[in-house]
Amino acid sequence: MVDHAEKLADRLWSRYDRKEQLIRYGIYFATLVAVVWAVKDIDIFWPWVWDAPNQIQSLGSRMWPPEFSAWNAIFSAMLETVHIATLSTMLTIFIALPVSYIAAQNTTPNKVTLWLGRFILVSSRSVNTIIWALLFVAIFGPGVLAGILAVMFRSIGFIGKLMGEAIEEIDRNPVEAMQATGASKMKVVLYAIVPQVMPAFFAIIILRWDINIRESTVLGLVGAGGIGVLLQGSIDLFAWQTVATILLAIIVLVIVGEAVTSILRKKVI
Amino acid sequence: MTGVRTAADAQSGRVWKKPPFIANPWIRYGLIAIAMTYLYWAFSTLPFNWERVSEGLPRAARIFGGAFPPSFERGDLLWTGFKESFQIAFLATLMGVGLSVPIAVMAAKNVAPLPVYLLGRALIVISRSFHPVIVAILFVAAVGFGPLAGILTLTLYSIGFVAKLLAEEIEEIDWGQVEAMRSVGAGYFKILIYGVFPQIVPRQIGLSMYQLDSNLRASAVVGIVGAGGIGGTLMNAFGRYDYAFAFAILLMIIGIILVSEGFSGWVRKKVW
Repeated sequence: MVDHAEKLADRLWSRYDRKEQLIRYGIYFATLVAVVWAVKDIDIFWPWVWDAPNQIQSLGSRMWPPEFSAWNAIFSAMLETVHIATLSTMLTIFIALPVSYIAAQNTTPNKVTLWLGRFILVSSRSVNTIIWALLFVAIFGPGVLAGILAVMFRSIGFIGKLMGEAIEEIDRNPVEAMQATGASKMKVVLYAIVPQVMPAFFAIIILRWDINIRESTVLGLVGAGGIGVLLQGSIDLFAWQTVATILLAIIVLVIVGEAVTSILRKKVI
Repeated sequence: MTGVRTAADAQSGRVWKKPPFIANPWIRYGLIAIAMTYLYWAFSTLPFNWERVSEGLPRAARIFGGAFPPSFERGDLLWTGFKESFQIAFLATLMGVGLSVPIAVMAAKNVAPLPVYLLGRALIVISRSFHPVIVAILFVAAVGFGPLAGILTLTLYSIGFVAKLLAEEIEEIDWGQVEAMRSVGAGYFKILIYGVFPQIVPRQIGLSMYQLDSNLRASAVVGIVGAGGIGGTLMNAFGRYDYAFAFAILLMIIGIILVSEGFSGWVRKKVW
């Protein structure tokens, strides 16, 4: 043992070898360059940045104390928000399930429908709810319907994708067993596939309902109904104390939504 | 198949029927009744303007007629919008991820004392409870129109997400390494840096890449309320009924989101 001590003395331990080290420095350097470019190039008026803490503080002080006199209108707007979230989640199911059926590799009839299904899912997911709302407000006019459609169109991609994955992960044996007895395609779906994806289905629907409540709170900012309309109106009137009340109401709604979903999850799954 | 029933089956009544999904019939029919009542109530109280809705289809035809073919004529506007969105997303991710490390340490039960833990959790809950668009409106009202409001919004948004998951990761670390360091007498910060952080770095890089992707998506949206980026350009195009340009912007957004999703997935796969 003693003989090796000399040999080992100059063998320093290092965490990375030379190539890894170079890659690391390269990434650091690229990040630094990107930061410098972004900070220099971005269109920001710097004195505003230094003033931002003051401005935020002043806005906060204008919001205090919250003004509760409009609680009646706020409550009915909240109800509308919940309706938008619930109805759109319910209606989405009817579109998302067939789409997930054709977008899952093991149930899709052929290649064309597979790609059609995937195309629907990707385009639904890549466009944000607000942008969908912008489109539907332009088509159907401001109001609840535009909101419901916007939330629906965004949810199709979410529910469809997760359901498609759930269908792809089912146990093949019940399907084969039913096919062996000569069951029709419809029966195979109903008795071999549906029971297997039922738990996933409820979990996904409950999760999406929770997300949709959050999304519905902002739809009104582009005129698609719900609490957002009231929020935008109060901001335009500089009624900051009412804004504070609405924000509190949104927090309460989100917390209630989370509580309800966790109860539902325990009951159903 | 179903038609074939032998006399013996009919006599004994042993024909298989699918068991109902909810066993208790009262709950089963009760739930259906509740759902029906809810639907009736919701549809009768919601203010649908059917007259306006009925104009929808011809309008849709006009909008999509105007949108095809998408016009990429004002390419420079498109480029500045996307450049700004990138810058907002990038800077916000850096700041958000940077700030989320101390907040995550504060919000991890196993490394923070109880009062600090509660403070950290409160910070995370506050930054998570609002949709980024609402935060964006407030920041636009406070600091004015432009990318600054967008950066602040998305920083808060990143903190809410990254700090929460990172705190959970810290709570699940292998405690043996921390104990080993404690036993040789290392101080609190040394334990953090050499005992805790190496265990969470891969996760943190993965989360940052995921957050960069999701900030890029969100930056397209916060612009709609005036917080800079491509969203503002999109909103303007819609406001001017310039549907061909709006459609071009939408296509670009979809394309860029697909690319960024692919890139972030690739990096995460490399790191994990």
